[in-house]
Amino acid sequence: MFDVPPWRLSGPVYGVLMNHRAALAALGDAVTQPPYKAAPKGVVLYVKPRNTLIAPGGAALVDAATQRLEVGAALGIVIGRTACGIAEKDAMDCIAGYVIVADFSVPHDTWFRPAIRFKARDASCAIGPRVVAREAIADPDALEVRVFVDGKLAQVTGTGDTLRPVARLVADVSEFMTLAPGDLLLAGVAPGAPRVGAGAEVAIEIEGLGRLDTRVVVNPEAAR
Amino acid sequence: MKRARVAFAGRVHEATPGAAEGTLRLADGQSVAEDAVVWLPPFEVGTIVALGLNYADHAKELAFKAQDEPLVFLKGPGSLIGHRGQTRRPADATFMHYECELAVVIGKPARKVARADAMAHVAGYTVANDYAIRDYLENWYRPNLRVKNRDGGTVLGPWLVDAVDIESPPQLALRTFVNGRLAQQGNTRDLVFDIPFLIEYLSEFMTLAPGDVILTGTPEGVSNVTVGDEVVCEIEGIGRLANTIVGDATFGR
Repeated sequence: MFDVPPWRLSGPVYGVLMNHRAALAALGDAVTQPPYKAAPKGVVLYVKPRNTLIAPGGAALVDAATQRLEVGAALGIVIGRTACGIAEKDAMDCIAGYVIVADFSVPHDTWFRPAIRFKARDASCAIGPRVVAREAIADPDALEVRVFVDGKLAQVTGTGDTLRPVARLVADVSEFMTLAPGDLLLAGVAPGAPRVGAGAEVAIEIEGLGRLDTRVVVNPEAAR
Repeated sequence: MKRARVAFAGRVHEATPGAAEGTLRLADGQSVAEDAVVWLPPFEVGTIVALGLNYADHAKELAFKAQDEPLVFLKGPGSLIGHRGQTRRPADATFMHYECELAVVIGKPARKVARADAMAHVAGYTVANDYAIRDYLENWYRPNLRVKNRDGGTVLGPWLVDAVDIESPPQLALRTFVNGRLAQQGNTRDLVFDIPFLIEYLSEFMTLAPGDVILTGTPEGVSNVTVGDEVVCEIEGIGRLANTIVGDATFGR
């Protein structure tokens, strides 16, 4: 899956929200009302811990046949060189390459202090099919993203029109937390993510990065 | 039994308290002074789960109402440092505070574990000092990582103390000293959501693995610390975790 240095993912996956201008715009006036009171100034980050990672070929899990998950189609930025307090102009040098990420979450309508059970559930982060070297992608901020559900096109979006393009995002995050080789930073998810349930076949295509196939099944351990 | 991880003479060692005061015994038989080693977080740390407002008095201090679900957030491995490390206070910060917390270390995989069985999944305990810089607090995905997931902002150690050596669930006095002055105190018996609850709650949706750690929250008494301050977080029977606040210059900023 990973044939460019540093050859492996190290584990940590950091997601970014409200990076697409349209994602913030979709909230309308709520952005300036309590509890938010103002648009975010810093990068809005969340963590996908190791239990969320779906093994290659594996499936996302739902607790019941009726449960729906949102499919966040994200550009994964794979760190190749330690990024700590770097300037935007140097940020691209810290990137090894890019990979498609399907970030499954429980739909929720609060971004103030959401419970981690929405985003940190077991088997809710699929990564693949392979890391494509940075040099192979001319402009990571202008890639078309397509999400298919059961073979039908469900969403067309892109990696552009973001508050922080890839280089700026890496630089701003590295201001306070070091990104290490093999870390994965997700560049954000467009609004209107499709919702899927048990049995769904999900595919994400990002221009130049290939196609990530995964599916959703009921957790066999759901009924305890 | 309690164990530390230290760097000494070119490698990382497991260490236990030495026969003489102020010494460590390394697993390879060497006896060394406690201050001759670099202390690392005392175990290989996996997922870091942290609790906000898990003591009623601290929640009141920050003007929060009691909650019906624990306020949980996650941290990354870059935030960790060991005993006697240095934590950076950026020049523009006006309110940076320590948080002394009991850290619960998972020993056995936990998936959908019932409260009654939860303590069997605990390997042991250590002390955490989970710094926050409130200047950077924003109202999106609180507490945002710029407040709580800064490099070197999560101090862990010095010892991993086996769960069998601590009463279950732990009822331990917890104190923070700033430059030797008592600044914060509480007792882990006052957790709003106790350890068995947290393991049941978390393991319902996320499998906890050996090395995962739950930082159980801090009691009232947080206060601002500045460059040069020595902060010591102490939990009865677990350890005494020291840390120094340094400025931007130390990190070439």
